[in-house]
Amino acid sequence: MTDTPIDRMARATPPHVARRVRGLSDRAIAWLFVAPTIFLLLAINIFPLIWTVRLSFTNFAANRPGREVEWVGLRNYQRILTDDGIWANMQTTAHFLIWTITLQVLIGFTLAWLINRKFRGNDLLTTLIVLPMMLSPAVVGNFWTFLYQPQIGLFNYVVELFTGVPASSFSMLGAGGLAKWSIIIVDTWMWTPFVMLICLAGLRSIPDYIYEAADVDRASKWRQFWTITVPMVLPFLMLAVLFRGIENFKMFDMVVLLTGGGPGNETLLASIDLKREAFEKWRTGYSSAYAIILFVTVFGLASIYVKALNKVKER
Amino acid sequence: MSAYSVTEPSRASKSIAAVLVVVYAIITLLPLLWIISTGFKSGPDSISYPPKVLFEPSLEGYVNLFTTRTRIGAEQFAALPPPETWYDEIVRQSGTVIAGPSRFGERFMNSVIIGFGSTALSIFLGTLAAYAFSRFKVPLKDDLLFFILSTRMMPPIAVAIPIYLMYRELGLSDTHLGMILLYTAVNISLAVWLLKGFIDEIPREYEEAALIDGYTRFQAFRKVVLPQAATGIASTAIFCLIFAWNEYAFAVLLTSGKAQTAPPFIPTIIGVGGQDWPAVAAGATLFLLPVMIFTILLRKHLLRGITFGAVRK
Repeated sequence: MTDTPIDRMARATPPHVARRVRGLSDRAIAWLFVAPTIFLLLAINIFPLIWTVRLSFTNFAANRPGREVEWVGLRNYQRILTDDGIWANMQTTAHFLIWTITLQVLIGFTLAWLINRKFRGNDLLTTLIVLPMMLSPAVVGNFWTFLYQPQIGLFNYVVELFTGVPASSFSMLGAGGLAKWSIIIVDTWMWTPFVMLICLAGLRSIPDYIYEAADVDRASKWRQFWTITVPMVLPFLMLAVLFRGIENFKMFDMVVLLTGGGPGNETLLASIDLKREAFEKWRTGYSSAYAIILFVTVFGLASIYVKALNKVKER
Repeated sequence: MSAYSVTEPSRASKSIAAVLVVVYAIITLLPLLWIISTGFKSGPDSISYPPKVLFEPSLEGYVNLFTTRTRIGAEQFAALPPPETWYDEIVRQSGTVIAGPSRFGERFMNSVIIGFGSTALSIFLGTLAAYAFSRFKVPLKDDLLFFILSTRMMPPIAVAIPIYLMYRELGLSDTHLGMILLYTAVNISLAVWLLKGFIDEIPREYEEAALIDGYTRFQAFRKVVLPQAATGIASTAIFCLIFAWNEYAFAVLLTSGKAQTAPPFIPTIIGVGGQDWPAVAAGATLFLLPVMIFTILLRKHLLRGITFGAVRK
């Protein structure tokens, strides 16, 4: 150790002051504390992303590292944006997004509203209802293929029990147009509690005196619901929709194990198609462009949405 | 306060609400109960129609989960000595013998190692960064915080391509270290955002008092802030652990053998003619149960965790 002026000063000062002098400055600590996180994100998130951008302008194939890589300019992007198959996948994704979000908002809000009646045991029930969303989507998605078996599955049996439609007359995962609903059902089952929890927080944030004041003004319960409850829960609800939207746009694990994108391409969400292009057909350059397009789409839509959300919050 | 309150729901409306919520809870828990019960069914019971609610419990699923079995000729089978253990006996009933242990134990351990490793690293890095963001003037603070969050919006497959290439170059593919670093990178955004919220709630006065008493910043952080933030750190850790535990996309793309975790493994448990459902259910039960327990422990902080600290109760 060299004898720096700081060390000499430290020896000359009383111990309690010395400790502070030898300690790092706040600014240095701030950098020291933040730097490792930023470094890790740069290495494992940003660097790969930049690499993806670079690859997206080439015809690189990861399974053939020896082949000469050609620079193809915007051709990958052009091919993706004019490909009917990809537009069909986008529509499949949109169908999945719109229905899951609609169902989850409706059921989730209703549940939250019911739980907010504060009946006895509501805490315990909330905890139980929340369980599905914390579980591994892959493991659960895989098990749902069993529940959906036409002959032996619980789902079909329950449907028969309540509607009389014979259990073996339909197959949720087979041909016949039901597959795209099968993934919506499982996603709704898993994630309704998420929307419910956020709505519940919204409902509980409304102070009682607002309702009391409305009651004094003789506003009907119905009117109170639409002019107090709904507007005050709206920012919370919109936040829940943002989270579900981003997550379901990226949806991969649950659906891949439930339907694998099939039958045919019926449930081929964009991210599953991307996986096929990248890791089965090994069209690395092409799928990189695909990945960038998806990322820009989520990011763009989320940014617009956040602006709208902030406007609602300001009101 | 008068006995009558306009905001207190009536008795009747409470009962109706309670009944409806109970019905929903039963429906939503049915698939989970089915997973648990299928794990204790024998092969034929698991695929009988109508589905069996009452059945004779069997440990066949669990035995199959942990073993690989082979079918041997009838003569050989007859010549075997009597089964030595209870699990030998279960396996013999279906005309097979145990050939060896299955890979489930290894895969489960991989999940444990990678889950705890990445959680420890995320919490370590996340606590430091969160403290800095909470207490100091970091240049471009809001931009950095948003940058950290935005990394979470990327579809996993989008970064999986270059990570796959990068890991192949660095020799990190299919290694525990590679997966720990990757899950840490994914979890760090959650850790920083949640922990910043928890640290923001600790009054600055405590540290200032410590600084006046002659503590350095670092000592104040270690001896004052960390103990105060312990609950927040613990619940953040559980959230990180659950994410790493459940993750599938990266695991299936970047691991195939040595470092493969349980989620990509469980769906590949095959029996005679398709999936061995009691064994799959047994594996799923063992895999999901810890998360269910953690969820119940976490219930007070659940909302905060799932919204990255955006909603606090």
